[in-house]
Amino acid sequence: MLSLPTPDLSHLTHEDYERVYEPAANKEDTFILLDALEADVEELLEAKPRICLEIGSGSGCVSTFAAKILGPSECLYLCTDINKHAARCTHLTGRQNNVTLDPVLSSLSDAFNQRFRKCGGVDLLIFNPPYVPTADEEALNAQGDADIAGAWAGGKLGMEITNQVLNNDILSHSGRFYLVAVKQNDVPSIQERMNIEQGMPPLRHHYSDRIFLDSLPLRIRPHAADEVLDVLHLSQPFDKHLTA
Amino acid sequence: MVRLITHNLLSCHVKGCTRNNFPLRFQDVKVELREAEFNAEFLRNFVPRIEWKALVDAGKELGDTSLPEELPEMLGDEFLKKLHHVLLEIHVEEGAMVCPNCGHVYKIMSGIPNMLLTESEI
Repeated sequence: MLSLPTPDLSHLTHEDYERVYEPAANKEDTFILLDALEADVEELLEAKPRICLEIGSGSGCVSTFAAKILGPSECLYLCTDINKHAARCTHLTGRQNNVTLDPVLSSLSDAFNQRFRKCGGVDLLIFNPPYVPTADEEALNAQGDADIAGAWAGGKLGMEITNQVLNNDILSHSGRFYLVAVKQNDVPSIQERMNIEQGMPPLRHHYSDRIFLDSLPLRIRPHAADEVLDVLHLSQPFDKHLTA
Repeated sequence: MVRLITHNLLSCHVKGCTRNNFPLRFQDVKVELREAEFNAEFLRNFVPRIEWKALVDAGKELGDTSLPEELPEMLGDEFLKKLHHVLLEIHVEEGAMVCPNCGHVYKIMSGIPNMLLTESEI
């Protein structure tokens, strides 16, 4: 259970939730992210992230929570979404909770990638991707239509969109990546890719219950009968160049 | 809102537009000033990530000339307070950002910049 207050979302309306993914007790993915962030709060405070990016910020609930636990003036909280209603809700949710979020209508981190690669990148990356496996065409159409289906239609193995984020290589040397995944996303291959393709040192794998594992996923909490959620915490504890 | 801290991290990403595509130029802007909590340590840590000239020029475009052309070696409180204002308290609510290279126009509406491209531009 969270000991810190969940962000106030009382300003969002039924109409908003027809267009924007709703954090709700029966959709645990938002709350598993809040749990994971809260479990790491001491480490995060020590790491002092200065650029936080949430991809697909939706209601803005997770970034607002991050800003509450890290401190509103301690970090820049960038939030992207392809859904204009989501960007508006993100903005309003920040304001409702007295934190400043900077929403940008963008696919993934596209508009930031060039500068991120020059300025060191993102210190805290948060992504609750569209992870439900669907036909690739459906995933691409959902992103193209920029509607609520974009929040869950994930393509082959539910990994199409997540793969694009991993390929962008925008994490800073001491960056942390909180990624929600389900069993079907083939978590071992995510880890392998982070290690091999991007030349990262071995990653620490951290699940929301603070179990650290060398091998693979366990865990997790029942969501639907066939859906198991993980928050993968990928971090780069050593400077890439020192360990290369 | 588009604050200059965010503007300093955005580039044009139209397919093939990879040179002289930063910083985006402001056009027809409506600006609001909103106070933000001053945090000297955050600013000192963030300075290395800023493209300084782009920030100074963007400030001027929005009518603020308080920042020095060259980043000072000593980041004293007086300087940091100016930086704080330019970076975090000037909010562009309406208008557009235009690519200096290809001329693509990214609109800003109700404080939210639209950096989405159409399929043919990706």
